[in-house]
Amino acid sequence: MSPEPRLVEIRKNVLKQNDLIARNLRERFRAAGVFVVSLVSSPGSGKTEFLEKTLTLLQPRYQVAALVGDLATENDAERLARSRAPVKQITTGTLCHLEAAMVEKALEGWKLNRLDFLFIENVGNLVCPAAYDLGEELRLVLFSVTEGEDKPLKYPTIFNSADVAIVTKIDLAAVVEFNWQVALGNVQAVRPEMPIFKLSARTREGMKEFLEFLEMCLVQPRSAAPSGRF
Amino acid sequence: MHELSIAMSIVEVAQEEAKQRGVQVHAVHLKLGALAGIVKESLLSCYEMACGDTPLKGSRLIIEDVPVVVFCPACEAPRSLSSTQLFCCAECGTPTPRVLQGKELEVVALEVE
Repeated sequence: MSPEPRLVEIRKNVLKQNDLIARNLRERFRAAGVFVVSLVSSPGSGKTEFLEKTLTLLQPRYQVAALVGDLATENDAERLARSRAPVKQITTGTLCHLEAAMVEKALEGWKLNRLDFLFIENVGNLVCPAAYDLGEELRLVLFSVTEGEDKPLKYPTIFNSADVAIVTKIDLAAVVEFNWQVALGNVQAVRPEMPIFKLSARTREGMKEFLEFLEMCLVQPRSAAPSGRF
Repeated sequence: MHELSIAMSIVEVAQEEAKQRGVQVHAVHLKLGALAGIVKESLLSCYEMACGDTPLKGSRLIIEDVPVVVFCPACEAPRSLSSTQLFCCAECGTPTPRVLQGKELEVVALEVE
C-alpha cells in the first residue's frame, strides 16, 4: 500500500536565479556609479534609432555604452556603433527576452566605473521581457504613434513593469491621425502617474526633455527613478 | 513565448526540493499573479514537456490565480482592481499605481509521498 500523498509547503520564487543575478548586477552598477537604463518595446517601434540618437547626444559630456539584445542579426549593434559608443550585441537565438545572466556575461571584462550611462536594449517584444529583472535602475517602455493608441491596454503587464513611457515617431503623428488624448489616457489607465515623453529621434523633437530627465537621474538616481519594481 | 523556460524553472525548483527531502513529487502548487506576464494555459501545456524524463514525469501543475491588489490612497486600504487595463480602486475609482499583489510566480507547495 502506498502512503498517502502529503503537502509540503515551500515558498520559492520561480525566477529566483534571475532575480539573484539581477540584484548582484544592480549592486555592482550602483557601486560603479553607472546609471543603467533598459528599453522594451515591440519590434519596429524605433528603439534602435532612439538609442542611437540618445548615445550620440549624451556622448560629448558622458561616457555611455550599450548592450543590445536581438534574436539573430547584429544589425542593431552595427547601427548603434555609428554613435561611436562601445556597443555589444547579445544574440539570444530563439529566446524572446534578455535575462540577467546574459547581461552579466556580456559585461565580462568591462570597466563599469568608467561609465556614466549603460543602456540595455531588450529583444523587441512586449510580453516576455516583463518578468525579467536585468538589474536596471530605470526601465523605459516605447511605443510609436504608428502602432496605435491602444498599445498600453493590450500590454498592461509590460507597462506595469516599466518606469517611464516613451511615445516615438511623433513626426508621423499627424499623418496617422494619432489621438494623443486617447493614447496618454491609456498609459495612465494601466499605470497611473507614469511619466511620459513624446519624441522623434529623427527630427530630435522632444529629445532634449528626455535627455534632461536622464541627467537628473544620474544626479539623483533614487529620487528620479521610481524604485521597488521588483 | 517564454512559458517553456518558466516551466523548466518550476521543474528545477521542485526537483531540487524533492531531492533535498528525498521524496517523490505528485503535484506542484504554483501561485500565479495576474501581472506575472504568463499565460496559464500555455504554462500548463509546457509543464508536461518540461517534466520530460525528469523525476517529476507524470506530476501535475496546480495553478492558483492571484488577482491584483493595489493600495488605494483615498480609501487608505488594499483594494482590488476591476481590470488590469484600468488601475483604479474598484471601490471608489481613484487611480493608483501601487501594486501590493499580483506579480507572484512562486512555487508554494509540493504534493509528495
